[in-house]
Amino acid sequence: MNIKKIKELIELMTDNDLSEIEIEQENTKIHLIKRPHGVIEQQVIAAPVAQPAQAAGGREPAAQPEEEQGNLLHVKAPMVGTFYRASAPDADPYVQVGDIVHKGDVLCIVEAMKLMNEVKSEYDGKIVSIPVENAEPVEFGQTMFVLEPV
Amino acid sequence: MFSKILIANRGEIALRIIRACREMGIKTVAVHSEADEDSLHVKLADEAVCIGKAPAKSSYLNIPNIISAAEITDVEAIHPGYGFLAEDAHFAEICESCNIKFIGPTPENIRMMGDKMMAKKTMKKAGIPVIPGSKGVINSKEEALKEAKKIKYPVIIKASAGGGGKGMRVCHNDVRLIGAFMTAQSEAEAAFGNPEVYMEKYIGAPRHVEFQILADESGNIIHLGERDCTIQRRHQKLIEEAPSVAITDKMRKKMGEAAVRGAKAVNYRGAGTMEFLVDGKDYYFMEMNTRIQVEHPVTEMVTGVDLVKEQIRIAAGQEMALRQDDVRISGCAIECRINAEDPDRDFCPCPGEIRSLYIPGGMGVRVDTHVYPGYAIPPFYDSMIAKLIAYGRDRKEAIKVMLRALDEFTVEPINTTIGFHRQVLMDSDFLNGRISTHYVEKFFPRTDA
Repeated sequence: MNIKKIKELIELMTDNDLSEIEIEQENTKIHLIKRPHGVIEQQVIAAPVAQPAQAAGGREPAAQPEEEQGNLLHVKAPMVGTFYRASAPDADPYVQVGDIVHKGDVLCIVEAMKLMNEVKSEYDGKIVSIPVENAEPVEFGQTMFVLEPV
Repeated sequence: MFSKILIANRGEIALRIIRACREMGIKTVAVHSEADEDSLHVKLADEAVCIGKAPAKSSYLNIPNIISAAEITDVEAIHPGYGFLAEDAHFAEICESCNIKFIGPTPENIRMMGDKMMAKKTMKKAGIPVIPGSKGVINSKEEALKEAKKIKYPVIIKASAGGGGKGMRVCHNDVRLIGAFMTAQSEAEAAFGNPEVYMEKYIGAPRHVEFQILADESGNIIHLGERDCTIQRRHQKLIEEAPSVAITDKMRKKMGEAAVRGAKAVNYRGAGTMEFLVDGKDYYFMEMNTRIQVEHPVTEMVTGVDLVKEQIRIAAGQEMALRQDDVRISGCAIECRINAEDPDRDFCPCPGEIRSLYIPGGMGVRVDTHVYPGYAIPPFYDSMIAKLIAYGRDRKEAIKVMLRALDEFTVEPINTTIGFHRQVLMDSDFLNGRISTHYVEKFFPRTDA
């Protein structure tokens, strides 16, 4: 699930004067409710399944429902910029869902003002989801990786 | 015209800018700290980007994050509001180099006016009266006497290296001067490690009167009359009004022309304010503010000109439709800054949740505010929660409207300065316009002699 898709859904609701919409797709369900004073509430009910198999050779995707909030760790964007999974367009992504990472491992790049900033993991853990898509903008504090402690 | 603008600010001014943009069909991007996630400007903007943790340094002053937010949302311009980065020449330059239009003056304008000594020199050269003073540091008792004679008593001796009352001495005659000169020097040495002092004419009970300037990129510069901001506490303005009771039509014309001349002298662009100290019929340039100001609504009410929209139009390269002859000042407007502060405890800030709120309305009332019931005032920023503006056909009526509106205004359970404003608006000195920058002290008599 990414910001762009959610924004599109919100636009869809506004354009068609809908107050509630629920969409289920593979392992993801999203439920949007428009409150009377115009604020839209969102509940993402299940985490998206791992990335589709890429040229780099697939790894076993691991789906993990987000309801298990209790022990999950979030790696958040330390700055505003554009999120990249790899160091270059044709390079392999730094990590995939299911990977075990250690504190200090580079997980991704956030590009800000033409500068590529490596973002390192603050935790040891297994990546259970990557809620941002490649080349998507991220704001400060936005979750980019969800890890399960190992 | 711009299609999308990022507002690099928060609170009521961010809302003010968003409102102008919406009316102009311009899309808006709000940037906010983690503490401002529920802020009204965030809710009302078309897009919002979190730019950092609560402290201003991490967010509203975080240039890389703000520029980055501008890039990912693909805006064409940034409006800096007032405070924060509004008068940061470096930020204005970075915007320019990233091809984002900074809605405000040029970096050179900001630099030039930010240097107070340089600004004074430039204005003096443009033929604008400045506070008479020594050309530089006073090195001897003889020099002190000579300068005092030139400047004419009363004079004030000030430390070059700092302020805050240290190294300052007011003198009314030669007898006191030498002693004062020596004491000021020792005090300055003790406080700042530098005994250098200079001298200026002392204006005992000045009024603070400022003129609003608008300048477009084609070189057209106009003034929109004055605002009287004499009522201050510790150099913070509390109440402002337009027009000023202390300014005659003749003075308005002269001072307005001086303000325009000063702006021309530095090739000013955008909205700006020329501040003067007024002493009877005399006026002296004090400084120039290169931004839209908090109290801009009083000028808007008496002239009918939307200053924020003008800022945006000027930045978009449009030539101003208004000429000086088109500017008409009609009626009287007063603004009270409502702060979440307790006047009885030395105006101590009182952040907290607003549980009950009633905002006054009716003819002649304008309220610029970002608060709403349920809103929690964060402790990290300034304490102003609303600007209450009253307009009447004349000052008497404006005061009646303001008192009526203050009575209606309800903000609970936090402490605010509403009661204090009511006291001032009923005070006879205020009603007679018999005030100076020391006026507020009368409400809080100093217990130390």
